[in-house]
Amino acid sequence: MIEIDGVSKIYDGKTVVDDVTLTIEPRTITVIVGTSGSGKTTLLRMINRLVELDAGTIRLDGEDNRTIRGYELRRRIGYAIQGHGLFPHQTVAENIGVVPRLIGWGRKRTDDKVRELLSLFQLPPEQFISRYPHELSGGEQQRVGVARALAAEPNVLLMDEPFGALDPIIRSRAQDDLLAIQKHFSTTIILVTHDMNEAFHLADKIAVMDAGRLLQYGTPEELVRNPANGFVEAMIGVSERPFRLLSMGRVAEVVEPGEATGPAIDPGASQQEALAQMLWTGRRAAPVISPEGQVAARITLESIFKRAKGKS
Amino acid sequence: MRLSLPNLLRAFLLGLLLVFVMAPQTMEPLLRPLAQANAPVIYEQASLLSLTIQHLMTVIAATVAATMVAVGLAIFVSRPVGAEFLPLSRSLVNIGQTFPPVAVLALAVPVVGFGQKPTLIALFLYGLLPIFENTLTGLTSLPRAVIDAARGIGMTGRQSLWQIELPLALPVILAGIRLSVVIGLATATIGSTVAARTLGEVIIAGLQSNNMAFVVQGGLIVGGLAVLIYDFLSALERRAFQRIRS
Repeated sequence: MIEIDGVSKIYDGKTVVDDVTLTIEPRTITVIVGTSGSGKTTLLRMINRLVELDAGTIRLDGEDNRTIRGYELRRRIGYAIQGHGLFPHQTVAENIGVVPRLIGWGRKRTDDKVRELLSLFQLPPEQFISRYPHELSGGEQQRVGVARALAAEPNVLLMDEPFGALDPIIRSRAQDDLLAIQKHFSTTIILVTHDMNEAFHLADKIAVMDAGRLLQYGTPEELVRNPANGFVEAMIGVSERPFRLLSMGRVAEVVEPGEATGPAIDPGASQQEALAQMLWTGRRAAPVISPEGQVAARITLESIFKRAKGKS
Repeated sequence: MRLSLPNLLRAFLLGLLLVFVMAPQTMEPLLRPLAQANAPVIYEQASLLSLTIQHLMTVIAATVAATMVAVGLAIFVSRPVGAEFLPLSRSLVNIGQTFPPVAVLALAVPVVGFGQKPTLIALFLYGLLPIFENTLTGLTSLPRAVIDAARGIGMTGRQSLWQIELPLALPVILAGIRLSVVIGLATATIGSTVAARTLGEVIIAGLQSNNMAFVVQGGLIVGGLAVLIYDFLSALERRAFQRIRS
């Protein structure tokens, strides 16, 4: 658990982070969104003390983060940034193994970890281990950057716009990979972005910041249904609201018994995808395949309507 | 090594230099037309080999000292603790470069006496600036994301310096050292005006006795050395650079 308690940061008389309090549950993904200059990156960097806070406290599992030396704290917390920041003169294996080396893992253990991570990120170890960063594509560099952040098995991973430099297709794949990785390692992830779609795609909870203040902190659904103010509403996008709600729900949550014709829909698909299919094929209902592979239920436009409804 | 034109030229130049230094007498027929009828053609006051070695040793000693001081100073002023000394050290190092080596020699002789010492001092001061400026540029123009990552993953300042910053700045630092060495090789010749044992001795003897053969001998050896060393250091730099390109 990460407790950020009344934290402020002042640069040259200007308050860039203003009395922010939020608690991050373990094994969740929290996304901090805001425009540039909102203080979101500064807040993130105060957690691993790349920036020292001026007021308040930050506790990691109850322990004040100022009781540990800065560099030792940072070795325990994963850190991935936009533009990956890989060391250009080191191979992929050396880059990923850097934190294990710093904390004195043996060679064998480090090597095994590097191979495990490369396989996990779908980078065949034999092929990638001795390459240099400039020999990789943008997406591969980004994956190596995240692998490096995870190498010493940190409980917490901080990510500062990690997908900012990727093109849209690679970006959405990287986001799916991150969700899978988070499940695999149960890491607590705090990610900073200005991309609302990314936030809704990844977040268990979203923190919206503007001008150094935390405007709202809650689940994506809470933000859509009850935005704290006009700024949050605008960030979410007024015309996007029903679709954001649908994108968060699964088909399985709204199935009902009954018959329908046409191609079936997977129960794990999002309700937004189901709506899109039904609109495209002009159906008011579509069959849903059960996990056993039988068609015994359906999804209807009415149920989707109900789900997507905000206020009455 | 491949058999290419540049490599052939290098081998030829190295061969010529070795013959000149090890067995100068064999060059007599070539240089004969440059000397006057009864004058000696080959400098025999001292062995050219020992003068060449002394010349090189002087330059190497001065460059090593200048490198240590300049790189050390550049590292210091590029750290947060030393940042406020940046303007001061810059102007100090600039003075070293602006002061002509001849003037340094003239001022150093009364203090340290004739011989090798004043030359070392002049070369040292003259060599500081290129190394200092290049090291500083190398260390301060590194990609921000890389430096941020080094800190962010938990390197101490020292680890970041030795494992990341210096290796990445190495090609630029080497370029500064190369400049310094080549300037030093040429400048060391004037050290012989204050009795330092360098190849300048041969050139000065030639000028004093109006013997072009001496001047050409000394000049050719210094020039050949400079070209070969410049070439060798450039190759080192390219190798260092290949490893870090991103």
